Amino acid sequence: MNWTEIFRSGISTGTVLLIAAIGEILTERSGIQNLGVEGMMLLGAMAGFRVAFNTGNVWLGLLAAIAAGGILSLAHAVVTIHFQADQTVSGLSLTFLGTGLALVLGEGLTGQTGPVIPRASIPLLSQIPYLGPVAFADHNLLVYFGYLLVPVVAYFINKTRPGLHLRAVGENPAAADTLGVNIYRTRYLYTFIGGCFAGLAGAAISVAIAPGWNSNLTVNGQGWIAVALVIFAHWNPWRAAMGGYLFGILRRLALDIQGPALLLGVANPFFYNTNLVFFLQMTPYILTVIALIWGSSAARKKRIGAPAALGTPYQRGERGL
Amino acid sequence: MKIPYPVLIKRTEDTAKWLPIVTSVGAVLLAFIISAIILAATGADPFKVYSYLYKASFGSWGAFSDVIVKATPLLLIGLGCSLAFRMRLWNIGAEGQFFVGAFFASAVVMVPLVNLDTTPRWAIVSLMAALGMLGGSLYAFIAGFLKAKLNINEIIITLMLNYIAVLWNNYWIFGKWSEAGFQMTKTFPKVAWLPRLADYAKQVPAFSGMTLHVGILFGLIAAVIVYLIVYRSKWGYKITLIGDNRRAARYAGINITANTILVFMVSGALAGLAGMTEVSGVVHRLQERISTSYGFSGVIVAWLAKLHPFAVIVVSILFGALLVASREIQPSGLSFLIQGITLFLVISSDVLLKYEIKWVRPAKETAQ
Repeated sequence: MNWTEIFRSGISTGTVLLIAAIGEILTERSGIQNLGVEGMMLLGAMAGFRVAFNTGNVWLGLLAAIAAGGILSLAHAVVTIHFQADQTVSGLSLTFLGTGLALVLGEGLTGQTGPVIPRASIPLLSQIPYLGPVAFADHNLLVYFGYLLVPVVAYFINKTRPGLHLRAVGENPAAADTLGVNIYRTRYLYTFIGGCFAGLAGAAISVAIAPGWNSNLTVNGQGWIAVALVIFAHWNPWRAAMGGYLFGILRRLALDIQGPALLLGVANPFFYNTNLVFFLQMTPYILTVIALIWGSSAARKKRIGAPAALGTPYQRGERGL
Repeated sequence: MKIPYPVLIKRTEDTAKWLPIVTSVGAVLLAFIISAIILAATGADPFKVYSYLYKASFGSWGAFSDVIVKATPLLLIGLGCSLAFRMRLWNIGAEGQFFVGAFFASAVVMVPLVNLDTTPRWAIVSLMAALGMLGGSLYAFIAGFLKAKLNINEIIITLMLNYIAVLWNNYWIFGKWSEAGFQMTKTFPKVAWLPRLADYAKQVPAFSGMTLHVGILFGLIAAVIVYLIVYRSKWGYKITLIGDNRRAARYAGINITANTILVFMVSGALAGLAGMTEVSGVVHRLQERISTSYGFSGVIVAWLAKLHPFAVIVVSILFGALLVASREIQPSGLSFLIQGITLFLVISSDVLLKYEIKWVRPAKETAQ
């Protein structure tokens, strides 16, 4: 098995989860849970590919994907922030809406090839033994964007004034309101930003990692995995990055494990019985379940968990938390 | 917050009885209108599409029989979801429970668990139905247990279990149970089929070609049972109380852990039964595509019906029609789109039930 290749591709597929999870972290930190990531990603993937395909310009495609995800997320924002609808149901319907829109508007795109995000190597860094070829050589540019995104967002949330406001709105909106933070505006803003990231994550699939439009198989549950990753990551961008890459690597490993006839010196069952591949394909989903179980007990022990006001609508004049 | 528009929104306790019905119907109509606009934007003729939609679903008795066949799994799954949602348990895993139910039911024929030549048809079919329910409820138990004991987000768990169930089915139909290398099992012998109208074409010629099977009776009976549970039993009262006010329910001494697991299992059993009716009543084999997202449409059906079991019957027929018609219609995502918009409008319209909205003239600021 080619380990360099497994880690390389793990990092590039993990970037999709990373971008989506970071967006969802920002949204959830403001107290809004948006379960519609899958739908926003699918719409982003469609919009990104469609625009890139039609215009021949992949960057316009990315912009379109970001806009598509952001605009779709506003539906969730209006319904949950102003109408105070249940965030679970709204998020779920957002997934339906995004899927439906993407399938209807993506009609006729299947099987087409369009422009893709260019690849590049980082000089010097790509020369580092082992790490260089895995992390800094011949990756598409979104992978490097992911590297930058994590520290920037972590710094933003923890060390800046708007970040402090964001956390305050998610933890104790009534107190934040007293201090003059506009709860509604903050929540709208971060729901929108989360949607933009989800759209970008979708486009990261359709114009970079697995170029093309394959109807709803394009995203195939990765949006949901990203939502799970947020819980696993305890709403922390660094842990989300770790989890995203880990998932990517394990997924690739599950594919590659069928290759060799001998595995660790014994006959490889996945090589001899190709039907066992279905169990390998289950691994990301089983991993998500295990990660959630593990995340829940770790969160209990360390008493770090969800933003206190996550999922609760805020209304001025009513008693807060 | 300063309200920039001239309306006054006031929380209201007493809602008129007819209002939920009006808002639901309005939401559906509005969803069709918005979808029409989107269709027109993509270059399709919405009038043509909708008239085709109608003809393909309610145009003839044969078409209507197809609609009921599609409505059957939606009805069963919608009932299960409505029960779980009443307790604010988001069982989005009906799709997976459906597949596991179908798998368990198929095991009766494929293993086989009974002698198919000597056992009477009613016994085989009953066993399949029982095992389908068992399979669905056991699969739902996983999510219910994790939710009740570890408070893990049940939405994500049930979704992940959906993917796992589909792959588990694939393992069997691509491998051990594969019919000559095809991705499906052999056709079940007639003794494992749910009786359907076409079987009686000799006695009643009008029935010939009609695919309607007894599964719909399971659905209707289940609707009555769920109604009795929710509105006429102590257990139903407990479920509603937990859903409305968890804390009050806990103070009242209701065992939330046990009820969470139990409601999940009942919900899963109904989805599993839906899987059984689909393999035994419709496709007569286990194969890859036995569900066209029934599990997710069931969620919408339950919500649109405002969780009322009898309303679930009506809504599932409507959605059955949508599924039948959208089988042949382009673009293929249309039914998803209409469902998504409908659900969105329904939850938005809920605000009309909770709040009174009055138009007021913005107070003029007195200058000086």
